[in-house]
Amino acid sequence: MDYKDLNLIGSSSPHIRTRDGAGHIMGEVLIAMVLPLAFAVYNFGPRALSTAAVSVAGCCLFELLYRLMMKKGNTLGDLSAAVTGVLIAFVCPVTIPYWILLIGDFFAIVVVKQLFGGVGKNFLNPALAARAFMLSWAGEMTTWVGPRSTIPAWGSFDAATYPTPMSFLHEGNLSGLQQMYDIPKMFVGLTGGSMGEVSALLLILGGLFLIWRKVITWYIPVSYIGTVALLTFLFPRGNDPLQWMLYNLLGGGLLLGAFFMATDYVTSPVSHLGQAIFGIGCGLITVFIRYFGSYNEGVCYAILFMNLTVWLIDKSIKPHRFGVVKAKAERRRKPRQSPKKEALKK
Amino acid sequence: MNIGKQIKEGLLTQNPVLVQLLGMCSTLAITTTVSNGIGMGLSVTVILTLSNIFISLLRKIIPEQVRIAAYIVVIAGFVTMVDLLLQAFFPDIAESLGVFIPLIVVNCIILARAESFASKSKPLPAAIDGICQGLGYTMVLIVMSAIRELLGSGTLNGAQVFPTEYAASMLALPVGGFLTLGCLIAFMQWVQSKAKGGK
Repeated sequence: MDYKDLNLIGSSSPHIRTRDGAGHIMGEVLIAMVLPLAFAVYNFGPRALSTAAVSVAGCCLFELLYRLMMKKGNTLGDLSAAVTGVLIAFVCPVTIPYWILLIGDFFAIVVVKQLFGGVGKNFLNPALAARAFMLSWAGEMTTWVGPRSTIPAWGSFDAATYPTPMSFLHEGNLSGLQQMYDIPKMFVGLTGGSMGEVSALLLILGGLFLIWRKVITWYIPVSYIGTVALLTFLFPRGNDPLQWMLYNLLGGGLLLGAFFMATDYVTSPVSHLGQAIFGIGCGLITVFIRYFGSYNEGVCYAILFMNLTVWLIDKSIKPHRFGVVKAKAERRRKPRQSPKKEALKK
Repeated sequence: MNIGKQIKEGLLTQNPVLVQLLGMCSTLAITTTVSNGIGMGLSVTVILTLSNIFISLLRKIIPEQVRIAAYIVVIAGFVTMVDLLLQAFFPDIAESLGVFIPLIVVNCIILARAESFASKSKPLPAAIDGICQGLGYTMVLIVMSAIRELLGSGTLNGAQVFPTEYAASMLALPVGGFLTLGCLIAFMQWVQSKAKGGK
Protein backbone atom coordinates (compact mmCIF):
# COMPACT_ATOMS: atom_id res chain seq x y z
CA MET A 1 0.00 0.00 0.00
CA ASP A 2 1.24 3.41 -0.83
CA TYR A 3 1.12 5.73 2.14
CA LYS A 4 2.18 8.82 0.23
CA ASP A 5 -1.30 9.55 -1.07
CA LEU A 6 -2.90 9.38 2.38
CA ASN A 7 -3.68 12.64 4.11
CA LEU A 8 -1.49 12.00 7.18
CA ILE A 9 0.84 14.19 9.13
CA GLY A 10 4.03 12.48 10.22
CA SER A 11 5.19 13.56 13.68
CA SER A 12 6.79 12.06 16.75
CA SER A 13 4.91 11.56 20.01
CA PRO A 14 3.04 12.90 21.98
CA HIS A 15 0.01 12.65 19.74
CA ILE A 16 -2.80 13.39 22.14
CA ARG A 17 -3.09 17.06 22.80
CA THR A 18 -4.90 18.89 25.56
CA ARG A 19 -5.91 22.49 25.87
CA ASP A 20 -4.69 22.59 29.49
CA GLY A 21 -2.08 25.28 29.38
CA ALA A 22 -1.25 27.60 32.24
CA GLY A 23 -3.67 30.15 30.81
CA HIS A 24 -6.51 27.65 30.66
CA ILE A 25 -5.99 26.51 34.27
CA MET A 26 -5.67 30.04 35.60
CA GLY A 27 -8.83 30.90 33.69
CA GLU A 28 -10.67 28.17 35.61
CA VAL A 29 -9.34 29.59 38.88
CA LEU A 30 -10.60 33.03 37.87
CA ILE A 31 -14.04 31.55 37.12
CA ALA A 32 -14.07 29.90 40.56
CA MET A 33 -13.37 33.28 42.16
CA VAL A 34 -16.21 35.13 40.42
CA LEU A 35 -18.87 34.15 42.97
CA PRO A 36 -16.86 35.11 46.09
CA LEU A 37 -16.01 38.41 44.39
CA ALA A 38 -19.66 39.05 43.58
CA PHE A 39 -20.54 38.34 47.18
CA ALA A 40 -17.85 40.76 48.36
CA VAL A 41 -19.48 43.48 46.23
CA TYR A 42 -22.86 42.59 47.74
CA ASN A 43 -21.47 42.53 51.29
CA PHE A 44 -19.08 45.49 51.25
CA GLY A 45 -20.20 47.74 48.42
CA PRO A 46 -18.79 48.83 45.04
CA ARG A 47 -15.34 49.41 46.47
CA ALA A 48 -14.80 45.65 46.55
CA LEU A 49 -15.07 45.52 42.77
CA SER A 50 -12.85 48.55 42.21
CA THR A 51 -10.25 47.17 44.63
CA ALA A 52 -10.11 43.90 42.72
CA ALA A 53 -9.91 45.77 39.41
CA VAL A 54 -7.08 48.02 40.62
CA SER A 55 -5.20 45.03 42.00
CA VAL A 56 -5.52 43.01 38.79
CA ALA A 57 -4.52 46.01 36.69
CA GLY A 58 -1.54 46.67 38.97
CA CYS A 59 -0.31 43.08 38.81
CA CYS A 60 -0.66 42.91 35.03
CA LEU A 61 1.05 46.27 34.62
CA PHE A 62 4.03 45.35 36.81
CA GLU A 63 4.38 42.00 35.06
CA LEU A 64 4.27 43.66 31.64
CA LEU A 65 6.73 46.40 32.60
CA TYR A 66 9.21 43.98 34.17
CA ARG A 67 9.13 41.62 31.20
CA LEU A 68 9.58 44.56 28.82
CA MET A 69 12.42 46.00 30.87
CA MET A 70 14.23 42.65 31.02
CA LYS A 71 13.56 42.10 27.30
CA LYS A 72 11.72 38.86 28.00
CA GLY A 73 8.54 37.66 26.38
CA ASN A 74 5.13 38.88 27.45
CA THR A 75 3.54 36.43 29.88
CA LEU A 76 0.23 38.16 30.57
CA GLY A 77 -1.50 35.46 28.56
CA ASP A 78 -1.02 32.80 31.22
CA LEU A 79 -3.33 34.86 33.47
CA SER A 80 -1.32 34.06 36.59
CA ALA A 81 -0.79 37.77 37.21
CA ALA A 82 -4.54 38.31 37.07
CA VAL A 83 -5.13 35.47 39.56
CA THR A 84 -2.51 36.95 41.89
CA GLY A 85 -4.23 40.32 41.54
CA VAL A 86 -7.63 38.98 42.56
CA LEU A 87 -6.13 36.99 45.44
CA ILE A 88 -4.31 40.05 46.79
CA ALA A 89 -7.60 41.94 46.77
CA PHE A 90 -9.27 38.95 48.48
CA VAL A 91 -6.87 38.97 51.44
CA CYS A 92 -7.23 42.72 52.10
CA PRO A 93 -9.97 44.58 53.91
CA VAL A 94 -12.24 46.47 51.55
CA THR A 95 -11.11 49.80 52.97
CA ILE A 96 -7.49 49.28 51.91
CA PRO A 97 -6.06 52.43 50.24
CA TYR A 98 -5.26 51.83 46.57
CA TRP A 99 -1.61 52.86 46.93
CA ILE A 100 -0.95 50.13 49.52
CA LEU A 101 -2.63 47.69 47.18
CA LEU A 102 -0.31 48.71 44.36
CA ILE A 103 2.77 48.31 46.57
CA GLY A 104 1.51 44.83 47.43
CA ASP A 105 1.06 44.09 43.70
CA PHE A 106 4.60 45.25 43.04
CA PHE A 107 5.99 43.09 45.83
CA ALA A 108 4.08 40.00 44.70
CA ILE A 109 4.84 40.27 41.01
CA VAL A 110 8.32 41.76 40.89
CA VAL A 111 10.03 40.67 44.11
CA VAL A 112 8.42 37.31 44.81
CA LYS A 113 7.69 36.12 41.29
CA GLN A 114 9.71 37.76 38.53
CA LEU A 115 13.02 38.15 40.36
CA PHE A 116 13.02 34.39 40.86
CA GLY A 117 12.30 33.71 37.21
CA GLY A 118 8.62 34.33 36.64
CA VAL A 119 5.64 32.02 36.65
CA GLY A 120 6.44 28.57 38.00
CA LYS A 121 9.56 29.66 39.84
CA ASN A 122 8.24 31.66 42.78
CA PHE A 123 9.12 30.04 46.10
CA LEU A 124 6.24 31.63 48.01
CA ASN A 125 2.63 32.20 47.16
CA PRO A 126 2.85 35.75 45.70
CA ALA A 127 -0.48 36.93 47.08
CA LEU A 128 0.26 35.80 50.62
CA ALA A 129 3.81 37.14 50.55
CA ALA A 130 2.32 40.46 49.45
CA ARG A 131 -0.12 40.34 52.34
CA ALA A 132 2.70 39.69 54.80
CA PHE A 133 4.58 42.65 53.35
CA MET A 134 1.51 44.89 53.34
CA LEU A 135 1.17 44.35 57.09
CA SER A 136 3.81 47.10 57.24
CA TRP A 137 0.71 49.28 57.28
CA ALA A 138 -0.90 47.33 60.08
CA GLY A 139 -3.56 49.94 60.78
CA GLU A 140 -4.87 50.04 57.22
CA MET A 141 -4.67 46.27 56.90
CA THR A 142 -6.83 45.65 59.96
CA THR A 143 -9.58 48.23 59.49
CA TRP A 144 -12.63 46.03 59.10
CA VAL A 145 -16.10 47.19 58.19
CA GLY A 146 -19.28 45.40 59.10
CA PRO A 147 -21.44 43.20 56.84
CA ARG A 148 -23.83 44.82 54.34
CA SER A 149 -21.94 48.10 54.27
CA THR A 150 -21.78 50.10 51.05
CA ILE A 151 -18.30 51.50 50.71
CA PRO A 152 -18.07 53.73 47.62
CA ALA A 153 -15.34 53.06 45.10
CA TRP A 154 -13.97 56.56 45.42
CA GLY A 155 -14.27 59.30 48.02
CA SER A 156 -14.52 59.30 51.77
CA PHE A 157 -16.24 56.68 53.85
CA ASP A 158 -16.75 55.99 57.50
CA ALA A 159 -14.15 53.35 58.31
CA ALA A 160 -15.07 52.39 61.84
CA THR A 161 -13.28 49.29 63.08
CA TYR A 162 -15.77 46.49 63.39
CA PRO A 163 -15.14 43.23 65.23
CA THR A 164 -14.57 40.27 62.94
CA PRO A 165 -15.21 36.66 63.94
CA MET A 166 -11.46 36.23 64.25
CA SER A 167 -11.12 38.81 67.02
CA PHE A 168 -13.70 36.91 69.09
CA LEU A 169 -11.97 33.59 68.38
CA HIS A 170 -8.63 35.04 69.39
CA GLU A 171 -10.05 36.14 72.73
CA GLY A 172 -11.70 32.73 73.13
CA ASN A 173 -15.03 34.54 73.51
CA LEU A 174 -17.40 31.95 72.03
CA SER A 175 -20.62 33.28 73.57
CA GLY A 176 -19.94 36.81 72.34
CA LEU A 177 -19.33 35.45 68.87
CA GLN A 178 -22.54 33.42 68.99
CA GLN A 179 -24.50 36.55 69.89
CA MET A 180 -22.95 38.60 67.11
CA TYR A 181 -22.92 36.09 64.25
CA ASP A 182 -24.84 32.81 64.26
CA ILE A 183 -23.65 29.80 62.26
CA PRO A 184 -25.92 30.36 59.21
CA LYS A 185 -24.65 33.94 58.95
CA MET A 186 -21.07 32.70 59.11
CA PHE A 187 -21.81 30.09 56.47
CA VAL A 188 -23.39 32.52 54.03
CA GLY A 189 -20.78 35.16 54.83
CA LEU A 190 -22.68 38.07 56.36
CA THR A 191 -19.72 38.98 58.58
CA GLY A 192 -16.85 41.41 58.63
CA GLY A 193 -13.42 40.44 57.38
CA SER A 194 -11.17 40.40 54.36
CA MET A 195 -12.93 40.83 51.02
CA GLY A 196 -12.69 37.31 49.74
CA GLU A 197 -12.79 35.30 52.94
CA VAL A 198 -16.26 35.99 54.27
CA SER A 199 -18.53 33.63 52.35
CA ALA A 200 -17.78 30.05 53.33
CA LEU A 201 -20.57 28.75 51.07
CA LEU A 202 -19.26 30.35 47.88
CA LEU A 203 -15.65 29.50 48.66
CA ILE A 204 -16.59 25.84 49.09
CA LEU A 205 -18.54 26.00 45.83
CA GLY A 206 -15.53 27.54 44.10
CA GLY A 207 -13.24 24.89 45.59
CA LEU A 208 -15.55 22.07 44.51
CA PHE A 209 -15.65 23.58 41.03
CA LEU A 210 -11.84 23.50 40.91
CA ILE A 211 -11.75 19.90 42.13
CA TRP A 212 -14.43 18.94 39.59
CA ARG A 213 -12.48 20.61 36.79
CA LYS A 214 -9.36 18.74 38.01
CA VAL A 215 -7.52 22.02 38.50
CA ILE A 216 -6.70 21.08 42.10
CA THR A 217 -6.75 17.79 43.95
CA TRP A 218 -8.62 17.28 47.21
CA TYR A 219 -5.56 16.23 49.22
CA ILE A 220 -4.41 19.65 50.42
CA PRO A 221 -7.81 21.22 51.21
CA VAL A 222 -9.10 18.11 52.98
CA SER A 223 -5.97 17.51 55.04
CA TYR A 224 -5.69 21.22 55.88
CA ILE A 225 -9.30 21.76 56.90
CA GLY A 226 -9.44 18.33 58.55
CA THR A 227 -6.43 19.08 60.74
CA VAL A 228 -7.91 22.39 61.85
CA ALA A 229 -11.27 20.73 62.52
CA LEU A 230 -9.73 17.93 64.56
CA LEU A 231 -7.50 20.20 66.65
CA THR A 232 -10.19 22.77 67.37
CA PHE A 233 -12.69 20.03 68.24
CA LEU A 234 -10.26 18.33 70.63
CA PHE A 235 -9.07 21.53 72.28
CA PRO A 236 -12.05 23.90 72.35
CA ARG A 237 -12.30 27.16 74.18
CA GLY A 238 -15.70 27.57 75.73
CA ASN A 239 -17.99 24.68 76.54
CA ASP A 240 -19.21 23.66 73.09
CA PRO A 241 -16.54 21.85 71.04
CA LEU A 242 -18.74 21.46 67.96
CA GLN A 243 -19.67 25.14 67.78
CA TRP A 244 -16.09 26.17 68.47
CA MET A 245 -14.91 23.94 65.65
CA LEU A 246 -17.50 25.26 63.21
CA TYR A 247 -16.64 28.87 63.96
CA ASN A 248 -12.96 28.11 63.49
CA LEU A 249 -13.65 26.48 60.14
CA LEU A 250 -16.00 29.14 58.81
CA GLY A 251 -14.23 32.19 60.22
CA GLY A 252 -11.12 33.80 58.84
CA GLY A 253 -9.26 32.88 55.71
CA LEU A 254 -9.13 29.13 56.25
CA LEU A 255 -11.38 28.13 53.34
CA LEU A 256 -9.91 30.73 50.99
CA GLY A 257 -6.40 29.63 51.91
CA ALA A 258 -7.14 25.90 51.76
CA PHE A 259 -8.84 25.94 48.35
CA PHE A 260 -7.18 28.80 46.50
CA MET A 261 -3.77 29.42 48.02
CA ALA A 262 -2.31 26.28 49.57
CA THR A 263 -3.14 24.44 46.35
CA ASP A 264 -0.96 26.67 44.18
CA TYR A 265 0.98 24.27 41.94
CA VAL A 266 4.33 25.98 42.26
CA THR A 267 4.41 26.20 46.02
CA SER A 268 2.90 22.85 47.00
CA PRO A 269 4.40 19.34 46.91
CA VAL A 270 4.14 17.14 43.85
CA SER A 271 3.19 13.79 45.39
CA HIS A 272 -0.21 13.13 46.99
CA LEU A 273 1.36 12.02 50.26
CA GLY A 274 3.47 15.16 50.24
CA GLN A 275 0.35 17.25 49.64
CA ALA A 276 -1.33 15.62 52.63
CA ILE A 277 1.70 16.36 54.82
CA PHE A 278 1.72 19.92 53.49
CA GLY A 279 -1.96 20.33 54.39
CA ILE A 280 -1.51 18.88 57.87
CA GLY A 281 1.44 21.20 58.47
CA CYS A 282 -0.63 24.20 57.36
CA GLY A 283 -3.43 23.14 59.69
CA LEU A 284 -1.14 22.70 62.69
CA ILE A 285 0.53 26.09 62.26
CA THR A 286 -2.80 27.82 61.62
CA VAL A 287 -4.26 26.50 64.87
CA PHE A 288 -1.06 27.25 66.78
CA ILE A 289 -1.05 30.86 65.62
CA ARG A 290 -4.77 31.28 66.30
CA TYR A 291 -4.40 29.84 69.81
CA PHE A 292 -1.03 31.14 70.96
CA GLY A 293 0.02 33.88 68.54
CA SER A 294 -0.42 37.61 68.82
CA TYR A 295 -2.21 37.80 65.45
CA ASN A 296 -5.88 36.90 65.14
CA GLU A 297 -5.40 34.86 62.01
CA GLY A 298 -2.70 32.36 61.13
CA VAL A 299 -3.63 31.08 57.67
CA CYS A 300 -1.34 33.46 55.79
CA TYR A 301 1.77 32.64 57.80
CA ALA A 302 0.96 28.95 57.99
CA ILE A 303 0.82 28.63 54.22
CA LEU A 304 3.90 30.81 53.73
CA PHE A 305 5.83 28.72 56.21
CA MET A 306 4.80 25.45 54.61
CA ASN A 307 5.68 26.91 51.18
CA LEU A 308 9.24 27.09 52.45
CA THR A 309 9.25 23.40 53.38
CA VAL A 310 7.97 22.14 50.03
CA TRP A 311 11.45 21.32 48.72
CA LEU A 312 12.07 19.25 51.85
CA ILE A 313 8.78 17.37 51.55
CA ASP A 314 9.36 16.71 47.86
CA LYS A 315 12.87 15.50 48.53
CA SER A 316 11.92 13.11 51.30
CA ILE A 317 8.97 11.60 49.45
CA LYS A 318 10.32 10.18 46.26
CA PRO A 319 8.04 7.86 44.35
CA HIS A 320 9.19 4.27 43.91
CA ARG A 321 10.77 3.61 40.57
CA PHE A 322 10.01 0.31 38.96
CA GLY A 323 12.81 -2.20 39.47
CA VAL A 324 14.70 -0.28 42.11
CA VAL A 325 13.37 -2.13 45.13
CA LYS A 326 15.36 -5.28 44.59
CA ALA A 327 18.65 -3.50 44.16
CA LYS A 328 18.06 -1.54 47.32
CA ALA A 329 17.25 -4.66 49.34
CA GLU A 330 20.42 -6.32 48.11
CA ARG A 331 22.47 -3.35 49.10
CA ARG A 332 20.95 -3.42 52.57
CA ARG A 333 21.89 -7.06 53.01
CA LYS A 334 25.44 -6.49 51.92
CA PRO A 335 26.46 -3.02 53.05
CA ARG A 336 29.05 -1.53 50.80
CA GLN A 337 32.09 -0.47 52.76
CA SER A 338 33.68 2.81 52.02
CA PRO A 339 37.36 2.67 50.99
CA LYS A 340 38.27 4.72 54.04
CA LYS A 341 36.87 2.18 56.47
CA GLU A 342 38.64 -0.63 54.70
CA ALA A 343 41.86 1.27 54.88
CA LEU A 344 41.36 1.80 58.59
CA LYS A 345 40.82 -1.92 59.14
CA LYS A 346 44.10 -2.72 57.53
CA MET B 1 51.74 44.80 44.13
CA ASN B 2 48.77 46.15 42.26
CA ILE B 3 46.84 48.87 44.04
CA GLY B 4 44.26 49.33 41.29
CA LYS B 5 43.41 45.66 41.35
CA GLN B 6 43.10 45.66 45.14
CA ILE B 7 40.75 48.65 45.08
CA LYS B 8 38.58 47.06 42.40
CA GLU B 9 38.50 43.74 44.26
CA GLY B 10 37.63 45.31 47.60
CA LEU B 11 34.85 47.50 46.29
CA LEU B 12 33.37 45.35 43.53
CA THR B 13 34.61 42.00 42.29
CA GLN B 14 35.60 40.62 45.70
CA ASN B 15 33.32 42.80 47.79
CA PRO B 16 33.38 41.30 51.30
CA VAL B 17 29.61 41.39 51.83
CA LEU B 18 28.09 41.05 48.37
CA VAL B 19 30.53 38.55 46.84
CA GLN B 20 32.43 36.84 49.65
CA LEU B 21 29.29 36.91 51.86
CA LEU B 22 31.30 37.70 54.98
CA GLY B 23 30.16 39.69 57.99
CA MET B 24 26.49 39.15 57.21
CA CYS B 25 25.37 39.19 60.84
CA SER B 26 26.45 42.74 61.55
CA THR B 27 25.33 43.82 58.07
CA LEU B 28 21.80 42.57 58.68
CA ALA B 29 21.57 43.82 62.22
CA ILE B 30 22.85 47.36 62.19
CA THR B 31 21.75 48.74 58.82
CA THR B 32 18.62 50.40 60.12
CA THR B 33 19.91 53.99 59.92
CA VAL B 34 22.57 55.60 57.77
CA SER B 35 24.52 56.92 60.75
CA ASN B 36 24.75 53.39 62.14
CA GLY B 37 25.98 52.14 58.80
CA ILE B 38 28.70 54.77 58.52
CA GLY B 39 29.80 54.31 62.14
CA MET B 40 29.99 50.56 61.87
CA GLY B 41 31.63 50.60 58.46
CA LEU B 42 34.37 53.01 59.46
CA SER B 43 35.04 51.19 62.74
CA VAL B 44 35.49 47.94 60.85
CA THR B 45 37.72 49.65 58.28
CA VAL B 46 40.01 51.06 60.98
CA ILE B 47 40.21 47.77 62.85
CA LEU B 48 40.69 45.77 59.67
CA THR B 49 43.53 48.01 58.45
CA LEU B 50 45.37 48.07 61.78
CA SER B 51 45.01 44.36 62.43
CA ASN B 52 46.06 43.56 58.87
CA ILE B 53 49.25 45.60 59.35
CA PHE B 54 50.04 43.99 62.69
CA ILE B 55 49.32 40.46 61.59
CA SER B 56 51.43 41.04 58.50
CA LEU B 57 54.30 42.26 60.69
CA LEU B 58 53.95 39.28 63.01
CA ARG B 59 53.42 36.74 60.25
CA LYS B 60 56.83 35.11 60.70
CA ILE B 61 56.64 34.99 64.50
CA ILE B 62 53.15 33.53 64.93
CA PRO B 63 53.34 29.70 65.02
CA GLU B 64 51.13 27.96 62.50
CA GLN B 65 49.22 25.94 65.11
CA VAL B 66 47.94 28.84 67.21
CA ARG B 67 47.55 31.42 64.46
CA ILE B 68 43.78 31.88 64.82
CA ALA B 69 44.09 32.53 68.55
CA ALA B 70 46.92 34.97 67.90
CA TYR B 71 44.85 36.81 65.26
CA ILE B 72 41.94 37.05 67.65
CA VAL B 73 44.14 38.56 70.35
CA VAL B 74 45.46 41.19 67.92
CA ILE B 75 41.97 41.96 66.59
CA ALA B 76 40.48 42.09 70.08
CA GLY B 77 43.08 44.62 71.11
CA PHE B 78 42.12 46.99 68.31
CA VAL B 79 38.41 46.40 68.83
CA THR B 80 38.75 47.39 72.48
CA MET B 81 40.57 50.54 71.42
CA VAL B 82 37.92 51.52 68.90
CA ASP B 83 35.14 50.64 71.32
CA LEU B 84 36.55 52.90 74.02
CA LEU B 85 37.25 55.71 71.53
CA LEU B 86 33.68 55.55 70.22
CA GLN B 87 32.28 55.61 73.73
CA ALA B 88 34.43 58.64 74.55
CA PHE B 89 33.86 60.72 71.42
CA PHE B 90 30.69 59.41 69.75
CA PRO B 91 28.51 58.17 72.62
CA ASP B 92 25.34 58.24 70.46
CA ILE B 93 26.77 55.91 67.83
CA ALA B 94 28.32 53.67 70.48
CA GLU B 95 24.92 53.48 72.15
CA SER B 96 23.01 52.55 69.01
CA LEU B 97 25.59 50.06 67.75
CA GLY B 98 25.64 48.44 71.17
CA VAL B 99 27.00 44.93 71.27
CA PHE B 100 27.95 44.91 67.60
CA ILE B 101 31.16 46.85 68.20
CA PRO B 102 32.61 44.25 70.62
CA LEU B 103 31.36 41.59 68.23
CA ILE B 104 33.70 42.91 65.51
CA VAL B 105 36.27 40.65 67.20
CA VAL B 106 34.60 37.66 65.64
CA ASN B 107 33.58 39.43 62.44
CA CYS B 108 34.57 37.01 59.74
CA ILE B 109 35.71 39.72 57.31
CA ILE B 110 38.63 40.58 59.58
CA LEU B 111 39.53 36.97 60.34
CA ALA B 112 39.22 36.01 56.68
CA ARG B 113 41.47 38.82 55.50
CA ALA B 114 44.01 38.01 58.22
CA GLU B 115 44.04 34.36 57.27
CA SER B 116 43.91 34.68 53.50
CA PHE B 117 45.84 37.88 52.86
CA ALA B 118 47.65 39.60 55.73
CA SER B 119 49.42 36.47 56.94
CA LYS B 120 50.94 36.02 53.50
CA SER B 121 51.79 39.60 52.50
CA LYS B 122 54.05 42.47 53.40
CA PRO B 123 52.66 45.22 55.66
CA LEU B 124 51.97 47.80 52.91
CA PRO B 125 49.82 45.59 50.66
CA ALA B 126 48.11 44.27 53.80
CA ALA B 127 47.26 47.83 54.85
CA ILE B 128 45.90 48.67 51.39
CA ASP B 129 43.90 45.44 51.42
CA GLY B 130 42.44 46.38 54.79
CA ILE B 131 41.42 49.83 53.56
CA CYS B 132 39.90 48.53 50.33
CA GLN B 133 37.99 45.67 51.91
CA GLY B 134 36.87 47.93 54.75
CA LEU B 135 35.60 50.55 52.32
CA GLY B 136 33.82 47.85 50.31
CA TYR B 137 32.05 46.81 53.51
CA THR B 138 31.29 50.43 54.43
CA MET B 139 29.88 51.09 50.98
CA VAL B 140 27.45 48.19 51.21
CA LEU B 141 26.42 49.20 54.72
CA ILE B 142 25.69 52.77 53.59
CA VAL B 143 23.70 51.69 50.53
CA MET B 144 21.75 49.13 52.53
CA SER B 145 21.02 51.38 55.46
CA ALA B 146 20.01 54.21 53.12
CA ILE B 147 17.51 51.94 51.36
CA ARG B 148 16.14 50.55 54.61
CA GLU B 149 15.96 53.89 56.38
CA LEU B 150 14.37 55.71 53.44
CA LEU B 151 11.76 53.08 52.58
CA GLY B 152 11.33 51.72 56.10
CA SER B 153 10.81 54.91 58.06
CA GLY B 154 10.74 57.70 55.50
CA THR B 155 13.89 59.39 56.74
CA LEU B 156 17.40 59.71 55.40
CA ASN B 157 20.16 60.17 57.96
CA GLY B 158 17.54 61.42 60.40
CA ALA B 159 15.91 63.97 58.06
CA GLN B 160 12.28 63.33 57.19
CA VAL B 161 11.87 62.73 53.45
CA PHE B 162 8.23 61.67 53.35
CA PRO B 163 5.67 61.07 56.11
CA THR B 164 6.31 57.96 58.18
CA GLU B 165 2.80 56.58 57.70
CA TYR B 166 3.62 55.92 54.03
CA ALA B 167 6.81 53.99 54.87
CA ALA B 168 6.96 50.20 54.69
CA SER B 169 7.96 49.53 58.28
CA MET B 170 8.64 45.91 57.31
CA LEU B 171 11.93 47.06 55.78
CA ALA B 172 13.20 48.45 59.08
CA LEU B 173 12.54 45.09 60.73
CA PRO B 174 14.93 42.09 60.40
CA VAL B 175 12.82 40.82 57.48
CA GLY B 176 13.76 43.93 55.56
CA GLY B 177 17.44 43.33 56.24
CA PHE B 178 17.35 39.92 54.62
CA LEU B 179 15.21 41.20 51.77
CA THR B 180 17.46 44.17 50.98
CA LEU B 181 20.65 42.14 51.28
CA GLY B 182 19.24 39.44 49.01
CA CYS B 183 18.28 42.01 46.39
CA LEU B 184 21.70 43.69 46.57
CA ILE B 185 23.55 40.37 46.21
CA ALA B 186 21.36 39.45 43.25
CA PHE B 187 22.00 42.87 41.71
CA MET B 188 25.75 42.43 42.19
CA GLN B 189 25.66 39.02 40.52
CA TRP B 190 23.71 40.51 37.64
CA VAL B 191 26.19 43.38 37.22
CA GLN B 192 29.14 41.01 37.32
CA SER B 193 27.66 38.62 34.79
CA LYS B 194 26.91 41.62 32.53
CA ALA B 195 30.49 42.81 32.91
CA LYS B 196 31.78 39.39 31.92
CA GLY B 197 29.73 39.66 28.73
CA GLY B 198 27.26 37.00 29.74
CA LYS B 199 23.57 37.24 29.24
